[in-house]
Amino acid sequence: MKIIVDEAKCCGAGTCVLVAPEVFDQRDEDGIVVLLAAEPAEPHHVAVREAAGVCPAAAITLNS
Amino acid sequence: MSVLIVGASAGGLATLEALRRKGYQGDVTVLGEEVHEPYDRPPLSKQVLAGDWEPGRARLRPAAALSSLDAEFVLGDRAVGLDVPARTVHTASGRALRADAVVVATGVRPRVLAGQAGLAGVHVLRTLDEAAALREDLLGSPRVVVVGDGVLGAEIAATARGMGLDVTLAGPQRAPMESQVGPLVAGLLAELHAERGVRLRLGFGVRELTATAGKVTGVRLDTGEVLPADVVVVAIGAEPVTDWLDGSGLRLENGLVCDSRCRAAAGIYAVGDVARWHHEQLDTLLRLENRTNATEQAGVVADAILGEDRAYTPVPYFWTDQFDAKLQVHGVLPAGAEVTIVDGDPAVRRFVAQYRIDGRVTGVLGWNMAKQARIRRQDVAA
Repeated sequence: MKIIVDEAKCCGAGTCVLVAPEVFDQRDEDGIVVLLAAEPAEPHHVAVREAAGVCPAAAITLNS
Repeated sequence: MSVLIVGASAGGLATLEALRRKGYQGDVTVLGEEVHEPYDRPPLSKQVLAGDWEPGRARLRPAAALSSLDAEFVLGDRAVGLDVPARTVHTASGRALRADAVVVATGVRPRVLAGQAGLAGVHVLRTLDEAAALREDLLGSPRVVVVGDGVLGAEIAATARGMGLDVTLAGPQRAPMESQVGPLVAGLLAELHAERGVRLRLGFGVRELTATAGKVTGVRLDTGEVLPADVVVVAIGAEPVTDWLDGSGLRLENGLVCDSRCRAAAGIYAVGDVARWHHEQLDTLLRLENRTNATEQAGVVADAILGEDRAYTPVPYFWTDQFDAKLQVHGVLPAGAEVTIVDGDPAVRRFVAQYRIDGRVTGVLGWNMAKQARIRRQDVAA
């Protein structure tokens, strides 16, 4: 699994961080998504798929 | 087992995706009134209206991701009726679509002013086509009046002003979004808009549109004052699209009324702006018009369809971008709440405000402090 985030679409909700805190974070200054692991290990895949699904700005795309 | 989702916007698509994520492999049909593939609405009043994004960038998913969902999309056709016992939806073009589970995701449509229909120069903004039509008119350097001081009206005013236009914002509140964010933050928003050159004519009702030869010329306030305009945008709220369910036997009261599982009847569910469901913790019927609600509720509806029903008890969330201000709201900000700045400083327009009623935190608001606001979301009492 490879995660691609679109920073220009990110609205800073932090929904991804609430769902998958080991994979996503936010920049302190503007809240834009930070990828902690662009190719997360298998145990995180379920949470990452949910994070991509619930992102309110459709800013997370998965290639897998 | 088969699922029919009526509505191909955020809530409908999220329901389809949640079903697939949870392992459902049966048939899914998605019926959409608009011809476009699912797209996102929040950018319409901002990036798309401003021209910063070409409209295709608002697509919710790339084509490959959509097709991998293995659903049948029936687009450009509108639901006109639902036979509840037969779980069959009839469409404008004469289709009859039957499924074991029907998900109502028909959203809301903008309210309009009396006399607005057919008047040139008057716009609402809900769909991609409406955004394109408004943008085309804005490119002619018109004088713009935005009627409506809620989130959408304030965003449109900011975007139009950012395009260099002469913009007036009118509405009944003392400051933009006052009922959503309270007087302190609304006052800061008013300052921001005024400083950027938006003319604020707030605190008055709108009596009517004025027009000559079928084209709008202005907005007349209750005071009698006329705000001259070449383009008027009406953003005075929206109402749930449930007229197609009239006579179905379902309970329609400011939305499709559902139980705590977002179930309106056996095999009938609702998701997104149209759904008014029973929030167990608050013990009240609630209908939320925000973007996150569509996706979070979709997960609950998918679980209910798959027999793993659970109560839907979200912490509401919305955001808005106006000029350089990015506001995040977690929870609810009731009128009369006590507001405390818990991080940052309003003077530098970077802060987190906490809202309390009787000592209990009901919500937090971040102004250019998105991450810090999200962290304080955990303080919000459920």
